[in-house]
Amino acid sequence: MKDYDLIIRPKRHAFDINFKEIWAYRDLLKMFVKRDIITVYKQTILGPIWFIVQPIMTTLIYMVVFGRIAKISTDGVPQILFYLAGITIWGYFSESFNTTAKTFTENANIFGKVYFPRLIMPFAKVTSGLIKFGIQFAFFMAVYLYYLFTQDGAVNPNWSIALLPVYILLMAMFGLGTGIIFTSWTTKYRDLTFLLAFGVQLLMYASPVIYPVSTIEPGTMKDILMLNPFTPILEGFKYAFLGAGHFSWASLAYSAGVASTILFLGIIIFHKTERNFIDTV
Amino acid sequence: MSKTVIKIENLSKIYRLGEVGTGTLSHDLNRFVRMNILGQDDPYAKVGHVNDRTQKAEKGELVAALRDINLEVKEGEVLGIIGKNGAGKSTLLKLLSRVTSPTTGNIKVKGRLASLLEVGTGFHPEMTGRENIYMNGTIMGMRKWEIDRKLDEIVEFAGVAKYLDTPTKRYSSGMTVRLGFAIAAHLEPEILVVDEVLAVGDAEFQKKAIGKMQDVSQNQGRTVLFVSHNMASVQKLCSKGIILSNGLKTYENEISPCITQYLKDGRENSQLKLIDRNDRGGKGLIRFKDYSIKRTNTNEVVDSVLSGEDITFEFQLEGKYELEKVNFRLQFFDEKNNLKFLCNNLFSSAPFDKINGDQTVTCKIPNFPLIRGNYYTNIRCRANDTIQDDIEFAFEFKVDDGDFFNTGNVQALKEGMLVKYNWEIQ
Repeated sequence: MKDYDLIIRPKRHAFDINFKEIWAYRDLLKMFVKRDIITVYKQTILGPIWFIVQPIMTTLIYMVVFGRIAKISTDGVPQILFYLAGITIWGYFSESFNTTAKTFTENANIFGKVYFPRLIMPFAKVTSGLIKFGIQFAFFMAVYLYYLFTQDGAVNPNWSIALLPVYILLMAMFGLGTGIIFTSWTTKYRDLTFLLAFGVQLLMYASPVIYPVSTIEPGTMKDILMLNPFTPILEGFKYAFLGAGHFSWASLAYSAGVASTILFLGIIIFHKTERNFIDTV
Repeated sequence: MSKTVIKIENLSKIYRLGEVGTGTLSHDLNRFVRMNILGQDDPYAKVGHVNDRTQKAEKGELVAALRDINLEVKEGEVLGIIGKNGAGKSTLLKLLSRVTSPTTGNIKVKGRLASLLEVGTGFHPEMTGRENIYMNGTIMGMRKWEIDRKLDEIVEFAGVAKYLDTPTKRYSSGMTVRLGFAIAAHLEPEILVVDEVLAVGDAEFQKKAIGKMQDVSQNQGRTVLFVSHNMASVQKLCSKGIILSNGLKTYENEISPCITQYLKDGRENSQLKLIDRNDRGGKGLIRFKDYSIKRTNTNEVVDSVLSGEDITFEFQLEGKYELEKVNFRLQFFDEKNNLKFLCNNLFSSAPFDKINGDQTVTCKIPNFPLIRGNYYTNIRCRANDTIQDDIEFAFEFKVDDGDFFNTGNVQALKEGMLVKYNWEIQ
């Protein structure tokens, strides 16, 4: 008689996260991803092409503002490739962060009506972000291959291209981790939503997206920049494809360590918030 | 003896009024800034709204939306959970649905539990009917292959076969609700928790929905928990009932005595002056203070009404603020808790643009249409787009047979209502 299937209790332990249950809901994750993809560009003419219009426009603006006017070095790499590379990989983080950071506030309605493991929602956002990233990356590759085959020596790919999945994974972990911490806090402090709007933008300027680390003189500035956990990913990505940038196993390991810590903390904070957030939202 | 499938032990849910959380410095700072510098409402006051009471809450006062609930539900039982606004029904539902977690105590569940707090959760208007079936089904915890198997049945039950590949934004609202319910009905959980929202919709659909729930409980031996304050559907559907009142379980029995008890409780409350009632809902910026029933022609206050008289219901209000878009709703129920009719100025004229807190409103009803009997009223005031005051069993009054048609022939009806009409030979 005592074999109940489910016991609803007041407090769950911080680490008592039911990954088995999340796995059982994997079909829901697929549905959320599908919903994100097919609903975003319904009733638009260009559809998914909008995914690449965004990086094209941004690249053009950067070429004018940072390339022409500010004359910031691109490490000898064609400007278009340099900016596009930065924008593409950074875009995945920014997309993941921006969408997961709204998990609670945007889904309060669904969360208030039905139970499912809440982590499914941010996981789904990061996954649909991956599809968007895939399209943008394909566009980057098209431009990249054009330069690779027509302009000798403009770009120098090397073995570390094999690390691409690692870079993507790290960006996903950063986006997810910071996003779910953010959304957990915003259930109580709505002030943070104001930060959301320009926070990512500021962070982008603090990371080597539109400038290479090599332009920074060695000194405090450079030390700080190297402490930024995004630096190894951005530099590594550019190094792999363009041959200009900085790569070291140590900095990559540092970045991976920070990403894992943030994600781990994020899941715990998220888990703590999801139990009662409906009372405060 | 059948098995216990739900066992609730010492279940409580406590909300803290006035502030949330542990009362840390950051909370208080936030509160201070918002209230004293930005001049906003207390950011955390909303939390206590489930159990809104007339007494002003002390800062940090705790309110138990549910207190020490113990309950066992046996397999195949259909349990009606009844109670007034703020009695804790929705809180119990939320706890059972795992939308929020309890403060103390626990709920043990045997078998798969699905809760329907609304139909069609997760529907996206841009997606087709088919896509939405999968979306909603998976949200409710179904696997994709289960939906594959039941798709035809769902589509048939909802009657949307023709529109399956049309975005649901093109559906009529009735179709959307039918589709949502069809999915829910085919979930096949061992335990189904249903909110009364399902009982709305057109009469035909309501019949279908209740029929389906009866089918689920009687023929398939599944357990249903049904939350409602509509006695008619509770009576029809449930075998057992519990009454919740102010967060406590006050009564548990077979369904008929349970309903009798509930109505008796209501009658006792309706003896109180409106302003002294503390079982009211709403935000409370404006509240009903008192009422009187008058003959419209003579302005004479009466306790009982004759059918056919012109009657004025007058309400004194209380409140400190000027409010906008105000509408009042006065509902009339017979002794069996069937709604006879309602008066809502939203439909009869238009919402009032403005109202001061301390005005008096009247609702004039010419040719009062109810037949002899005792009647109850529910009154509600909505303003600034939220419910401000809501009292069930607000007051009780008697109607006697009267000369409705002004012909001197008093028609003593046993059932139904009276309306003016003319028979003519053309």
